[in-house]
Amino acid sequence: MELVFSQILDGLSIGSVLLLAATGLAIVFGLMGVINLAHGEFMMLGAYVTFVVQNIFRPLGGTAFELYYIVALVASFVVTALVGVLLERTLIRRLYGRPLETLLATWGVSLILIQFVRSVSLAMVLGIGVTALLGWLAQRFLPMSLKQASFSSYLGGAVWALAGVLGIFSINIFVSFGRFFSNPWFGPRNIDVTAPKWLQGSWGSVAGIELPGIRIFIIVLSALLLAAVAWFLTKSVWGVRIRSVTQNREMSNCLGIPTDSVDSITFGIGSGLAGVAGCAITLLGSVGPNLGASYIVSCFMVIVLGGVGNLVGTVIASMMLGIIQSIIGSGSLLIAFPDMPSGLQAVTEFFATTSMSLVLVFIFIIAFLQFKPTGMFPQKGRSVDA
Amino acid sequence: MKLFKRLIPWILLVFAFFILPVMADKDLFGFSQFRLNLFGRYFSLAFVALGIDLIWGYTGLLSLGQGIFFSLGGYAIAMHLLLVTKNDFTTGANGLPKFFENYGVDQLPFFWEPFWSFLVSIAAIFIVPSIVAGLVGYLIFRNRIKGVYFSIITQASLMVFYHFFNGQQKLVNGTNGLKTSTTEIFGLQAGSDDAQLLFYRITLILLPFAFLLCKYLTSGRFGDSLIGIRDDEPRLRFSGFNPTPFKVIVFIVAGALAGVSGALYTVQSGIVSPQFMSISMSIEMVIWVAVGGRGTLVGPILGAVVVNYLRSLVSEALPEAWLFVQGALFVFVVVLMPDGIYGWFTKGGFRAMLAAFGLAKKTATYPKLDLDESAQSESASA
Repeated sequence: MELVFSQILDGLSIGSVLLLAATGLAIVFGLMGVINLAHGEFMMLGAYVTFVVQNIFRPLGGTAFELYYIVALVASFVVTALVGVLLERTLIRRLYGRPLETLLATWGVSLILIQFVRSVSLAMVLGIGVTALLGWLAQRFLPMSLKQASFSSYLGGAVWALAGVLGIFSINIFVSFGRFFSNPWFGPRNIDVTAPKWLQGSWGSVAGIELPGIRIFIIVLSALLLAAVAWFLTKSVWGVRIRSVTQNREMSNCLGIPTDSVDSITFGIGSGLAGVAGCAITLLGSVGPNLGASYIVSCFMVIVLGGVGNLVGTVIASMMLGIIQSIIGSGSLLIAFPDMPSGLQAVTEFFATTSMSLVLVFIFIIAFLQFKPTGMFPQKGRSVDA
Repeated sequence: MKLFKRLIPWILLVFAFFILPVMADKDLFGFSQFRLNLFGRYFSLAFVALGIDLIWGYTGLLSLGQGIFFSLGGYAIAMHLLLVTKNDFTTGANGLPKFFENYGVDQLPFFWEPFWSFLVSIAAIFIVPSIVAGLVGYLIFRNRIKGVYFSIITQASLMVFYHFFNGQQKLVNGTNGLKTSTTEIFGLQAGSDDAQLLFYRITLILLPFAFLLCKYLTSGRFGDSLIGIRDDEPRLRFSGFNPTPFKVIVFIVAGALAGVSGALYTVQSGIVSPQFMSISMSIEMVIWVAVGGRGTLVGPILGAVVVNYLRSLVSEALPEAWLFVQGALFVFVVVLMPDGIYGWFTKGGFRAMLAAFGLAKKTATYPKLDLDESAQSESASA
């Protein structure tokens, strides 16, 4: 029984990570109707930000190092939120009303982010800087007559393409300066983050069951953040605006709500939450560039199961997913109930690996959708498409 | 001129069928057996692209799970080849495919039995994916699940199959997949140049049939209904149509095409593994269609060949750069070229570019109307 309890605790902490990531995804999906396939990569970015912050704090040592994780939490939120806003402003805004195309474009972004983390080096950053500078300069000093010509958009594209090519050349030049420039910062291998001492070990015990600090911390963290998000959405001015745009975009626009800014802010918050989730994942094990892929499908399932734009649904769905996955996948049911009928035992054994438990969960969700196609807590509305 | 335009794809096909193998044989213009084999693979991927075009380009349903059907087709042919081949590389001591030895399996799993027969296996290549597609499609479309929901549910189904095939070592060799390159087919070793040339030719013979099937489905009333579903499904429903059977049928056809594609790809690449069911592979298939031009039938074939050729060129030169290029391709096509390469040419994008540089006459309405003298004189006299 204790084993099952500790598995439930494991499941709750995995569910909490899912919850953090899925909440962001769900708010954005509810608001703009787009699925961000790069969301998993935002988690990965958050994890890498944590790694960077840790390495900055390591030389300080002592108490300062013990507190790095708090800084990392904030930093991962801010950095991923900024990247999210940038993505929304440059790309997703152009694809408004075309959700399937947004899906594909964000997948492209996720590929770029993965490879960027794998191969980023000082030379590459400088090369990107060169590209941006050249492109900006060309836009700035291009004669007005050319800018107003009928072929200006093609010209702009050509200019940026040229700047990109020059940037690639400059990367090659920078690489030849030596290892300081060419060494990748992270590389394709996994990175490890050491949890600060106050998180390691046990935080006391309840009824003879140890409470591992890391897992409790993650659960508490996501509960706090969720409360903050709930407060933000219901009580703050921008939260009310977000909810009104979610319900009816055109009407909100007519009533003077700046829907553009609402989109940016929401996307930023959603991405930031993914970043924090990534920061939390670093406590559970080593992380690599492919981190996103292993969580993103589960996040989608949380949304499908919980219904859109509903925090309660998201909470229940992610906890269910986390716990079921953890209990069945670890095979602890077999140990906890040794005398179950042989047929049931065979079935339980068949699904008692991490990947097979995922199979079971997904089958369960697809079956569930047969009865409730819009999730546990669907949005109420009267539109034809609903 | 019009006739010539229509004939271009067929001329290219005949060229690929007759001239490329000769060039590969004689190593002309740097075109080798290796390249020929690669092109065979690209053409076999065109089948799955055609299927995706049917469901996405014409019906507006973005499936991210075509990898399921692709792999099922691949596994069907691989299982047959492994069963019937008897040589030292593929057969273990107990007469079963060798990998079973590693896991101590000495009785053939029941679902392998039908694959002793060649005809059953050939049928299974497209029937098994069709059945799975029909089942999944019916369960999804029955509940009017569509749009982004449809995409992520197909992706979840893909993960179900991926984890299942990945985890079941005793049944299908798990993550290692099934190797076909050492098996024998028609008395040839499947990995040999002769067999590969044969597979290449089979691919090119089947491709026009797939094309014509899609052409048949998309022209006429059935095709119109598909486009109706894409453009305004509620309206179609209100006019008395039930869209579900249309969607299920088109999903089944797409699944069958994916199965054929997977089988042809498997014998030419020499292996089928759960990697074919990875999330990225299925999304890549979609981007071939997007690059070529969705809503057209030449587009997907063009896209599958062009993107994969680009891929092999880039990965040969700079292996790390491919993900960047691919990611940029996704973004570029979606934002700036939603009609794809073929659509860009046929829908006036190319003309518009020439006109912008002053190289072609500017058109105020459609080029078809503006440049047609009879239409112009009619409107002038009216």
